[in-house]
Amino acid sequence: MPQSPRRAVSRCFALLLSALAPLGAMAQSQGLEIDIVGGNAAALPIAVVPFGGDCGGTDVAGVVRADLGRSGQFRPQDVAALPERPTRGSEVAYPAWRMARQDFLLVGRCLADAAGYRTEYELFDVARQERLLGFALTAPAASIRDVAHQVSDAVYEKILGVPGAFWTRIAYVTAEGLGRNARYALMVADADGWNPRTVVNSTEPLMSPSWSPDGRRLAYVSFEGGNSAVWIQDIASSARQKVASFRGINGAPSFSPDGGRLALTLSKGGNPDIYVMDLGSKRLVQVTDHFGIDTEPTWSPDGGSLYFTSDRGGRPQIYQVPAAGGSPTRISFEGSYNASPSVSWDGKMIAVAQGAGNTYRIALLDRSLGSPRWSMLSPGSLDESPSFAPNGAMVLYAAREGRRGVLYAVSADGRVRQRLVLAAGDVREPAWSPYRKK
Amino acid sequence: MNASASRIARTLLVAALASAVAVGCSKKVKETPPETAPVDTGATTNPVPDTTMPGAYTPADLDSDACLRNRVVYFDLDQDAVKPEFQAAMACHAKYLRDRPSARLRLEGNADERGSREYNLGLGERRANAVSSALQANGGSGSQLTVVSYGEERPVCNESGEGCWSQNRRVELVYSAK
Repeated sequence: MPQSPRRAVSRCFALLLSALAPLGAMAQSQGLEIDIVGGNAAALPIAVVPFGGDCGGTDVAGVVRADLGRSGQFRPQDVAALPERPTRGSEVAYPAWRMARQDFLLVGRCLADAAGYRTEYELFDVARQERLLGFALTAPAASIRDVAHQVSDAVYEKILGVPGAFWTRIAYVTAEGLGRNARYALMVADADGWNPRTVVNSTEPLMSPSWSPDGRRLAYVSFEGGNSAVWIQDIASSARQKVASFRGINGAPSFSPDGGRLALTLSKGGNPDIYVMDLGSKRLVQVTDHFGIDTEPTWSPDGGSLYFTSDRGGRPQIYQVPAAGGSPTRISFEGSYNASPSVSWDGKMIAVAQGAGNTYRIALLDRSLGSPRWSMLSPGSLDESPSFAPNGAMVLYAAREGRRGVLYAVSADGRVRQRLVLAAGDVREPAWSPYRKK
Repeated sequence: MNASASRIARTLLVAALASAVAVGCSKKVKETPPETAPVDTGATTNPVPDTTMPGAYTPADLDSDACLRNRVVYFDLDQDAVKPEFQAAMACHAKYLRDRPSARLRLEGNADERGSREYNLGLGERRANAVSSALQANGGSGSQLTVVSYGEERPVCNESGEGCWSQNRRVELVYSAK
């Protein structure tokens, strides 16, 4: 009880600190807002208690609560309804949490030390009255949000048996204005929308960001030279090189799973075809050769084949072809228009933009069972650019609302969606990063 | 014999006078588009040779000539055929290219916002290629033409509806050198 006023004061202080912090919090006020649409009745109730001590100005429990709620798999208890505020196992009284109908309980505390802040956390199973996890992570104050996301990942994986994807990033393109006043930017932010940072700024269009498997580089398309060209840029240093600027279209770059090759679309041969470039030698291998439009290559997880969009059959559909070349086979047989494939980490699911008349929605093709099964993930009507999270549990996509573009993240079972809104301008072309490495 | 000779001579004289009058009275040439019957086969049509050409275009005509001022070709959904109503523009711009060997024309292809952005790069290019073919079929030289596709990335409007979509399905003719 004596702790409450002090915690309230420290929270006020933390808010003040975050209001003064240069980029982080100011960026959030014009960064992405998250609203949750829909819900999952089977979501697991979990109580995440505010962490004790000083966590360098970050509300770790708040970040974890938001992460777990966003996944659609958990229903975190409202802070106001928490019956008690333990910060360590010795303070936990299980009956209170059983009465509150919580299945799981997460508590923790931070201590400042020489290297920054040490964050300790413990996860409990309320029914079994046992501790499931107990860990400590040390990081500087500027990285405490990353620590919080790592805590979320650990909790998620321990309970669900699937790796969490909270400590990841997203890349996306923003656009403002029309004609001569148009401004484009390629941005990278945390997967919850925090800490947006500009990677490229341009008065000419930018498209199709693609993450390298080590998460350090982005390939993208830029029109700054008067035509489309493919660039690869190191995110930390901003060093970049142009890797394709042939006559015609240079588009749709996609890093191979081993990072050594880039699949892309080139129309220098007369019409858009799929090529694979060796990133060491820059040598090109032509993979498809057809007078239709072949584009949007994306790699199978084993790097052996490419999925791509082709209208060789009349309208765009999804095809699969060996990465070294060969005969493409069509794999989408439902819907009159299928494009923009994104493949899950295990190769079993492919998210696409599916069109019927004027309505475009995100659809999921599940090939894990005998016969392929389709499900709708989004309501439309102008949804596009699906991108799987690295754990396959969620799909990021772009939608239109009125005159502006917004991003949504939807769970792979379609039950819960979150809207990420950029306060100014139009957001599109999201790409979910791979897992981050410590 | 005398009568027919003098009749022939008179006819010739009248013809000569008429053509002199025609030449004397004609202003700087305004291209009259050849009268081709509209045939919507989705392919480019062959032009009727221009037999009314008295003079060559100059750069000033780009701003004053009614036909040359048409710099945008519009397309139907998912189509890349140059519609009959734009054949006149194909003819006059092809003539401009012939008259001005130093002229360079950028054909910028565009698509409306529906569907995949990368696929729409391909659609925009198809449309620009169709305009390039139509210009070449009308006698313009391919060496003066550059094709670029912007897909749906450079819209002129951003409402969602056919009123705006039809304005974005277009190829823009941009003279980078006159």
